[in-house]
Amino acid sequence: MAARALALGAGSVLALAVLAPLGAVIWRAEGVAALRAADLAALRFTLWQALLSALASCLLAVPVARALARRRFAGRGALVALMGAPFILPVIVAILGLLAVFGQNGVLSRVSLALGGPRLDIYGLHGVVLAHVFFNLPLAVRMLLQGWLAVPAERYRLAATLRLSARARFRVLDAPVIRAVLPGAFAVIFVICLSSFAVALTLGGGPRATTVELAIYQAMRFDFDLGRAAALGLVQLSLALGAGALALWLSRGAGFGAGLDRTTPRHEPPARLDTLWIALAALFLMLPLGMVVARGLPGLMSIGADTWRAAGHSLLVALGSTLLCLAWALPLSTPRGAWAGLAAIALSPLVLGTGLFLMLRPFVNPFAWALPVTGFVNALMALPFVLRILTPEAQTIRQDFGRLRATYGLTGRAWLLNVFLPRLRRPLGFAAGLTAALAMGDLGVIALFADPDRATLPLQVYRLMGSYQMEAAAGAALLLMALSLGLFWLCDRGGRVDVGA
Amino acid sequence: MQKTFTLAAGLFLATQAVAQTPVLTVYAPDYFVSEWGPGPKIEALFEADCACDLQFKPGDLLPRVLLEGARTEADVVIGLNTDVTRRARASGLFAPHDVDLSALTLPVDWTDEVFVPFNYSHTAFVYNTERLQEAPDSFAALLEAPDDLRLIIQDPRSSVSGLALVLWMQAVFGDEAEAAWAQLAPKIVTVTRGWSEAYGLFTDGEADMVLSYTTSPAYHLIAEGDDTKKAAIFPEGHYFMVELAAKLAGTDQPDLADAFLSFILSEPFQSMIGTGNWSIPAALPQKDWPEGFQALDLPETVLFYSEAEAAALRDPAIEAWRRALSR
Repeated sequence: MAARALALGAGSVLALAVLAPLGAVIWRAEGVAALRAADLAALRFTLWQALLSALASCLLAVPVARALARRRFAGRGALVALMGAPFILPVIVAILGLLAVFGQNGVLSRVSLALGGPRLDIYGLHGVVLAHVFFNLPLAVRMLLQGWLAVPAERYRLAATLRLSARARFRVLDAPVIRAVLPGAFAVIFVICLSSFAVALTLGGGPRATTVELAIYQAMRFDFDLGRAAALGLVQLSLALGAGALALWLSRGAGFGAGLDRTTPRHEPPARLDTLWIALAALFLMLPLGMVVARGLPGLMSIGADTWRAAGHSLLVALGSTLLCLAWALPLSTPRGAWAGLAAIALSPLVLGTGLFLMLRPFVNPFAWALPVTGFVNALMALPFVLRILTPEAQTIRQDFGRLRATYGLTGRAWLLNVFLPRLRRPLGFAAGLTAALAMGDLGVIALFADPDRATLPLQVYRLMGSYQMEAAAGAALLLMALSLGLFWLCDRGGRVDVGA
Repeated sequence: MQKTFTLAAGLFLATQAVAQTPVLTVYAPDYFVSEWGPGPKIEALFEADCACDLQFKPGDLLPRVLLEGARTEADVVIGLNTDVTRRARASGLFAPHDVDLSALTLPVDWTDEVFVPFNYSHTAFVYNTERLQEAPDSFAALLEAPDDLRLIIQDPRSSVSGLALVLWMQAVFGDEAEAAWAQLAPKIVTVTRGWSEAYGLFTDGEADMVLSYTTSPAYHLIAEGDDTKKAAIFPEGHYFMVELAAKLAGTDQPDLADAFLSFILSEPFQSMIGTGNWSIPAALPQKDWPEGFQALDLPETVLFYSEAEAAALRDPAIEAWRRALSR
């Protein structure tokens, strides 16, 4: 009963956090403006690239995650941890890193030229999808991996005892995991790609790759047409919730029953292609990250006091966001909650920021509130990912141990502390790590709230670039990546101390 | 007890002292306030004899002022571009200045009653002489250049420099602008959201030329001792980019705001802004420019639309750009 009230409360806060800023913008605009013909073209491209990006990320994630679940090798832990990195890079840094590898003057083009081949042409729809896969493949892999690791080891032993064929193993053991996790991962990635802007434009090679978010930016910052921005924001929100509903419907039911939490080695034969998949994924993700490191190293020397202070602010924001986000997510970790959570990233950051500004402005000084607002928005933005990660396992725990709880008549507190949280610690650690890392990297909405003395690290990267300090900016970006990864690793590690994963 | 009282009295007096120092709140673009931007230098110079506390509030300029309306905290806004002056003026939120503009040394006539220019430059394609031995010597030559000449530009819908390029093309080619864009299209590697992405890609070697400013080479020359970055100068002319400041009508510090607007045309500010903001000072004879600026290649012909002309041309010009580059 209390749990339901808590879920309802957390859900209401979420709805309020999304709808109130949108409402504030519509109210200020005195209505919603009609869309233009160019907006419809942008909408078509936005949908198409988001669909392709989410499909590619999810399909590629299956063999990679399967291989990582089956294989044990030196550096596997590090590889899995590094998978958090692409996701958290500031957009501008990720673009430079990607193009340093795939661009016309990138590593691959230079190799190709040296071998007498042509320059690589990355710019176009394929470039947009490639960049989005770079950001989101690791996320999908981690979600699937989490799903496979949650399958009790007993089931694998049983499958080995029964000498199931590869096909039967897939049907009995793998397919249910994929079905439980992938639709949700697809929905989250689809929605995050819906609000892509700078990446889509740059990798897309020009105005052919215009997204709805760019139109919102133009309306907000250039035309000051809040009515049009609000209309576009509404379109984005409905698309996202539609995609979420579809995912919710697709991912019904799955379950292996409870196991004994054995860490005995799994009895399953590694497939021949596993090594290839892992190597390809590692190369694809590590090359651009390597370029970010290589570009940043010379700049590390020129990191000034401002940048260190910004790093401190970012750490502070990250910790606050993580606590807030987890407290928010736990009561919502049901399929329906995870669906509602999508709304948090479905709303354009620009609309959200402007709405919050309009709401807070009559009561407080927005500048003084720069860091708390950033922390709150980051928690909100991370919520859908955290829910996606927590929900499948939280549901399983409720199903598998609900009888135990009823038999012993456990109090809510005893259930939470002795059963629910301990069993949830692995996804909880991953979720905390992701939130912390996301909150380090997110620039999001603070353009309206910026304060000279309270810059966060991503903002500092932009400021340095704006003053021709490309090298110092690359150094600051490397610092950002290192700190984010450190946080991610700490939390993630904390969640799976005694698990051989 | 005694101690607490003394402490409280001390705090009270300290607050009094702070309260007596008037605060001038200045909205500025984000890059202004980093240790590399002009903000800290401007603050130090102005505070040296205003007996006030100048506080920069970085971020969006006009969108924020318009959202806040008459209740805005800003006394002055610095760093506005000409593409927003019309809307800013129409909002009625800005007040006329009383600055003597006769000291201006701009290449265009400037008699605006509200907006005071403090530095300028021109749009230009910047290249690296080590990678591109022969840069096109005119806009026509740029269009005729082989398609393996690689350019990066900025999006006119999301960046000030991108919009200036669209107006530049319009000024040079008029009705033929769309055809000119179509001719340029195969050379354009990509379009970025803002100047920083484009310039970062250029310095990484992703393109031969990047849309930037005639003053960009000054940064490399003065700050890095690097003379390999040049702006290609076209006889057809270059579009004029100027940065402006203005006073808010509802300011509670009108005298300080006026003092600040006069200050930005004063000699100390103007001598600093060249290397402070990597732009040409708006009110300083060429002989007094910083040394590296003397060596800059600058255009003979400067193109510029009035705000009314620019407003009328903007949407069709962006649309022509979009059509030509979407083919």
